[in-house]
Amino acid sequence: MTKYLALLERELKSYFVSPVAYVVIGLFLAFCGLFFFNIVTWFDRVSMQAMMQSQYYRQPPQPMNVNMMAIRPLLGNIAFIALIFIPGLTMRLIAEEKRQGTMELLFTSPINNWQMTLAKFSSAWILYGVMLALTLVYQGLLFIFGNPEFAPIVTGYLGLFLIGGSFIALGLMFSAFTENQIIAFVATLATNLILLALGWLSNFTSDTLSKFLDVISPLDHFEDFAKGVIDTQHVVYYLSLIVGALFITYVSLESSRWRGSR
Amino acid sequence: MIQVQNLTRYYGPVPAIDGVSFEVQTGEIVGFLGPNAAGKTTTMRILTCFMPASSGTAKVAGFDVRTHSMEVRRRIGYLPENPPLYPEMTVTSYLDFVAKIKGVESRDRKKRVAEVMDRTAITDVKSSVIRKLSKGYKQRVGLAQALVHNPEVLILDEPTIGLDPKQIIEVRDLIRDLAQKRTVILSTHILPEVSATCQRVVIINKGKVVAEDTPKNLTTKVRGMNRLLVEISGPKDEIQKKLSGLAGVKKVNVDGAAGNHFRFNIDCELNHDVRADLAKTVIHSGWGLLELRSRDANLEDVFLKLTTTEGEK
Repeated sequence: MTKYLALLERELKSYFVSPVAYVVIGLFLAFCGLFFFNIVTWFDRVSMQAMMQSQYYRQPPQPMNVNMMAIRPLLGNIAFIALIFIPGLTMRLIAEEKRQGTMELLFTSPINNWQMTLAKFSSAWILYGVMLALTLVYQGLLFIFGNPEFAPIVTGYLGLFLIGGSFIALGLMFSAFTENQIIAFVATLATNLILLALGWLSNFTSDTLSKFLDVISPLDHFEDFAKGVIDTQHVVYYLSLIVGALFITYVSLESSRWRGSR
Repeated sequence: MIQVQNLTRYYGPVPAIDGVSFEVQTGEIVGFLGPNAAGKTTTMRILTCFMPASSGTAKVAGFDVRTHSMEVRRRIGYLPENPPLYPEMTVTSYLDFVAKIKGVESRDRKKRVAEVMDRTAITDVKSSVIRKLSKGYKQRVGLAQALVHNPEVLILDEPTIGLDPKQIIEVRDLIRDLAQKRTVILSTHILPEVSATCQRVVIINKGKVVAEDTPKNLTTKVRGMNRLLVEISGPKDEIQKKLSGLAGVKKVNVDGAAGNHFRFNIDCELNHDVRADLAKTVIHSGWGLLELRSRDANLEDVFLKLTTTEGEK
């Protein structure tokens, strides 16, 4: 446990002494802010129109739902932005250790590869958690100027945390495969985009295939969270993605122990 | 302390080391000597549990590196060829981190870190960022890292590479000092280093152990003859012919020329001093004898002799 914490602490510190964390967090927040601004101005215009219409037809105004019309698409957008930015957080995790030779220190120290895998995974997940927490500022603004429901935001953020966790696990896995950070980055991003594209494809295919595609696409599993529903099948989906990718990472690290023996 | 038996490791179809066996007793300093790519680093990496052997066994303090890897890792301090440093950390936080993952008890940690920094003379840079340190300091931080958990066995891969002559002497002294209570294996391709620090030498070439002895024994064993170095002014061919005819001379090689001065390497039979005869011959022939000295075989000759195979010249 002490060793896990030592590894975790070093990972987190190294995020903040290099510009990577600041650039990724900064751009992430900027993009989220951009989407937030877009959605809110649009919501504002639509509400205005609805009010004018109601005066014109002399009817009571239609209720406008902030949760459904602003927060839900915003959460979806944040998930998409996370998909693009997370590879930047995970690319260096293992690849860098291999390149700068510190893997030799870790592999010859009395730590096992689970401690290493989990420390690296949780450091990125914690950082991502911080990034998400910072976007709560935007939700806070909605609470000040409106009265959204609280529960769907909580489930939505749980969903964001889980979907981010699975992207991080995938990124860590690719980082374990190479000592080149760029390759790790591109491979993770490509995989994420393919998984996303599979979800889109499901709209254009036959029923059975589309069901299958919906099941494997991470963004489709996110929708229920954004609606305020916690469905175990989605939780299980993300957790199994995380566990699976971490296991492959572990095996990849472990393989250096038996590779070459015959 | 360390037993290695028949260790073999393949990279693809080519063996990097092939049937390496040797033993190291507690408290010894053993030098691993060999040309580049001879298999020194591979052997060390197997001993430190960084990679497995393809076959054969290696034991450190009685623990097999394959089956009791964690026990071995606890007992070994390892300095790889490139010190495994995190460039963005400060020296103190780096050593503190290493102490934690090596399992140093939290109450001893501060003391241990301060001790090794003192030992390796890096206390003055303790709050510097590692990236900004000079090569010599980095090497010493690497050494401090290998010492921080007070290991019984130290494995150092080319510990003096990239250091300036003064630092090299300092590091050698440090290694000798450390070895009083520890077992040390160090690899190098710098020959004087071995004679300066090691009690025993294991010479590796092309993945095989070609010799294993004390530096002194190796040099006498390999000598088998005396070598003289002579500089004479006169006609080259005639000199060569005449000197070859002397009793006890085996071979005369021209080693270089400057104007009509020629340098010769003369191999003579052991226990047959030809110097007096040689001088007489030169003077009688009317040539100028400019220099005459005998040259002892040194570790370099041993090394070249053992690592250069016949027909390869």
